[in-house]
Amino acid sequence: MARKRLRHRMRPRMGNVKGPSLGRPLSDDSGRTGFGRDRGHSSSAVVGLMVAAALSVITVDAASGEDSPVDPARAAVGNIVGPIETGTATALRPFRETFAYFSSNDDLRADVARLSAQNSKLRSEVEQAPLDRNRLAELDGLTSNANQTGYALVAARVVGMGPMQSFSRTVTIDAGTSSGIRQDMTVLNNDGLVGRVISVTRSTANVLLILDTDSVVGARLGSNLEIGFLRGRGVTGDRGRMDLDLVDNSVTPAKGDVVVTWGSQNGVPYVAGIPIGKVESVYSTPRELAKHAVIDPFVDFTSLDVVGVVVPRKTQGDRLVINGLAQKPGGDR
Amino acid sequence: MNLSRTGVVGFVIVVAVILQVAVFNLFSVNGVVPNLALVVVVAAAIARGPQFGAVVGFSAGLLLDLAPPADHVAGRWALALVLVAILAGRVRADARRSPIAGLATVAICSFIATSVFALSGVVLNDHALPDGEMMQVIGIALLWDVVVAPVILPGLMALFERTRPAELAY
Repeated sequence: MARKRLRHRMRPRMGNVKGPSLGRPLSDDSGRTGFGRDRGHSSSAVVGLMVAAALSVITVDAASGEDSPVDPARAAVGNIVGPIETGTATALRPFRETFAYFSSNDDLRADVARLSAQNSKLRSEVEQAPLDRNRLAELDGLTSNANQTGYALVAARVVGMGPMQSFSRTVTIDAGTSSGIRQDMTVLNNDGLVGRVISVTRSTANVLLILDTDSVVGARLGSNLEIGFLRGRGVTGDRGRMDLDLVDNSVTPAKGDVVVTWGSQNGVPYVAGIPIGKVESVYSTPRELAKHAVIDPFVDFTSLDVVGVVVPRKTQGDRLVINGLAQKPGGDR
Repeated sequence: MNLSRTGVVGFVIVVAVILQVAVFNLFSVNGVVPNLALVVVVAAAIARGPQFGAVVGFSAGLLLDLAPPADHVAGRWALALVLVAILAGRVRADARRSPIAGLATVAICSFIATSVFALSGVVLNDHALPDGEMMQVIGIALLWDVVVAPVILPGLMALFERTRPAELAY
C-alpha cells in the first residue's frame, strides 16, 4: 500500500520533468521491465470486469439454447455490419476476380483435359437420354406440384467467409428477408449442395456449410437409394471431406457412388435430390459392423461465389426468383 | 475518454473485423486468415496498458462473435482477446524494446488467443474440431499473424499513443 501511494505521488513529478510539452504523461512503467511488474494498479478492476463480462456473455448464450438473449444483439450487429461487408466485397470484386484468374489458371487447364474426355463418354450416353428425361420430367413435375415448394431459386453472392480460427464453417450471403429468404432454407450452387440458412437479417443471411462439424445432412446413395447421415469434418480446402454413416449396416457403399440429399418434410432444411458429392473411400473398424464412407463434395468451398437459395415458388422480394420448372435445380441458371 | 478518440478506436476495430471477414478470405490458407482484430488488441495493450487493452479486446472480440457469419457461442472471442490483452499489457515494457520483441508478443498472443478460443469450443462442445486439425489451424494462424504484424503493428501503436487522453487520468 505504501509503495502504491509513493508511486502516485511520484508520477506527476516525473511528468513535469520530462514530458510537459507533450501534454501527456510518460509511460507509467518506463524503466521497469519484466512480466508482472505492472500489477497493483486500479486497472485490475477494469480488467477483471472485462473477463467477467466475456464469461457471462458465454454463459448466457450457451445456457439459453434456442431463444438466446444474445440473438437480438446478433441481429442488430448483422443489420449494420452485413451491408458494410456487402459493400466491401462488391468494391473489391474486380481485384478478387483478377486474383482468382491467376490462381485458378492451372486448375482450369487440367479441367479442360478432364472434361473433354468426359464429354465424349457423355455424348454416347446422351443418345439414350430423351426417354429417361421425359419420364423424369413427368415425375418431377408431379412431386413439385404436390408439395408446392418446387425448386425456385434466389441468386445471391457470398460476401463474407468466417475465419477458420473460429472453427465454424459459415459464410454470409448478400440476400436476406427482403428477398424472401428465411431460416432453414437450402443453399446450393451449380455443382451441388452448399449448406442451409441458419440466421437471416434484412439484407444478409448466414449459411452453415455442410462441411461444418455441426452440420448433419440426410443423404441417399444414388445407386441403391440407401439412406444415411452425412457429417462434416470442419475442414475446407482440398481436404474438405464428409463422413457418411448408413442406416442399414449391411450395405457397402461403392467407390464413386453419387450421394444426393434425402430431403425432409416441406423441404426444410434440405430439399430432396440435390447432389452432394461422391464416395471417395470406404472404411470400417474392427469393432463395428457398419461401413463408413468418406464423401468428396462436388462444391469447391474455397471459391464459393454465386449461390442459389431454394425458396417457395410464390416468393415475392426485391430479387428475381428463378423458377426451375420441373428441371433439376442445378441446371437452371 | 473523449468521444472522437473513442470513435477512432471503434473505427479501427470495425475495419479490422470487416477486412478479416470480407477481404482476407482471398488469401486464406486452408480457410485461415490473418487475425487483424488480434493485432489491433495487442497493439492497444502494448501502447496503453492492460486496462485499455482489455476494453479494446472485449469490444473487438464481441464484434467478431456477433458480426455475420459468426455462429459460435457469443463471448468466446471476447474472452480470448481480453486474456491476450492482459498478457500483452503485462509485458509491454519488454515488448516496446525492439521490433523483434513486439513480433514475439504478437506470436505468443496469437497462439494463446486461438488456443483459448479452441479450448472454449471443446468445453462448450461448440464447433469443435479434431485435435490434429485444431493444432494445424493454430499454427497457420500464428504464421499469418506474424506475417501481417510488422506491416500494421507500428502504425497501430502510434495511433493508439496519439489517442491517449492529454490530461492525467489518475
